[in-house]
Amino acid sequence: MNAPFFKFGLFGDEASLIVAFVIGIAFGFCLEQAGFGSAKKLTAQFYFRDMAVFRVMFTAIVTAMLGLFYLAAVGWVDLSLVYISPTYLWPQVVGGLLLGAGFVIGGYCPGTSVVAVATGKVDALVNIAGIVAGIFVIGEAWPSITGFAESSALGRLTLPEVFHLPPGLVVFLVVLMAIGGFWGAGVLERRFANRSPKENP
Amino acid sequence: MSADSPAARRPPAPYMNPYLAGIGLGLVLLASFVVMGRGLGASGAFTSACAVAIDAVAPAHAQGSSFWSEYLKGGVGHPLKEWLVFEVVGVLVGGFLSGLLAGRVRRTVEKGPRISTRGRFVFAFAGGVLMGIGAKLARGCTSGQALNGGALLSAGGWAFMMMVFAGGYGAAWMVRRQWL
Repeated sequence: MNAPFFKFGLFGDEASLIVAFVIGIAFGFCLEQAGFGSAKKLTAQFYFRDMAVFRVMFTAIVTAMLGLFYLAAVGWVDLSLVYISPTYLWPQVVGGLLLGAGFVIGGYCPGTSVVAVATGKVDALVNIAGIVAGIFVIGEAWPSITGFAESSALGRLTLPEVFHLPPGLVVFLVVLMAIGGFWGAGVLERRFANRSPKENP
Repeated sequence: MSADSPAARRPPAPYMNPYLAGIGLGLVLLASFVVMGRGLGASGAFTSACAVAIDAVAPAHAQGSSFWSEYLKGGVGHPLKEWLVFEVVGVLVGGFLSGLLAGRVRRTVEKGPRISTRGRFVFAFAGGVLMGIGAKLARGCTSGQALNGGALLSAGGWAFMMMVFAGGYGAAWMVRRQWL
């Protein structure tokens, strides 16, 4: 088996759009099933009331990571043909802080806002209008901020390369971290569950 | 979407177990890696739509911009015939189907008891603006950077993901009246 199939020419650009649509349906279905069409469910993460965002995200990361590295190890997937978004360290640090703050203020992240609109959340529609406005602002400002926005460009960079560790060991450490995180999530939820809004003014 | 659809009258089903939903999401992501050689995304589709809208209003401006012109060059013959645009339309359909099956499709505004609907809309918009800016600086959002980059062990993806949690927890206290 030669994968990624698209990179080996098993189907063309037009067909890839159908694949995109089908993968999107499955993606949206999973997000909604997890409860991520609800801003209250999503933002409960940031008050330690419901750590579903962390649990779902890290379970997904571990599942996809184990699957991909296994398929690469047995030679079915050529990992070098899987696109890894280039690292721009400082813009990504600042971008992450902005997106995280925007997440708890706005109630959704870009993908989950789409699912929320699909299930009738009017605030999600307003949220998407804001996202588009933000993209417009930064797109217009881009020429004047390229100095920062295109700084610390490190290209395709992975954690095994950063820490000079074998990829298998990093995969193992991520799994350990996730399991530790799942345990910690339960502890935090139990500690914060019974706090009324008044105790947390 | 209408409030009197049969699905809306049924009490909504409970959400899926988070680990089960996570495995499902992980398998979708894995399928995307194996079939396409790329991960999932969301904010890129909004950017394509934004670039096309600007191009319709001010073509010279859009095509002269180093930022928008990149998105106008994308897609299979048309900037909206773009992978992420089709994927996000799928997300809309998939989210709707799941919501319909679970009896969760209902026109509503999500907010805590201590904020008005108008106040909620102001926060929803402001948060969106921050996310739009953040996602473009980071070259991706929670899906395109954190989820993909997390699974692919991307250095930038992991840095981004940790900062998303830091930013979320950092701003949470400030907007607690909106949710708690």
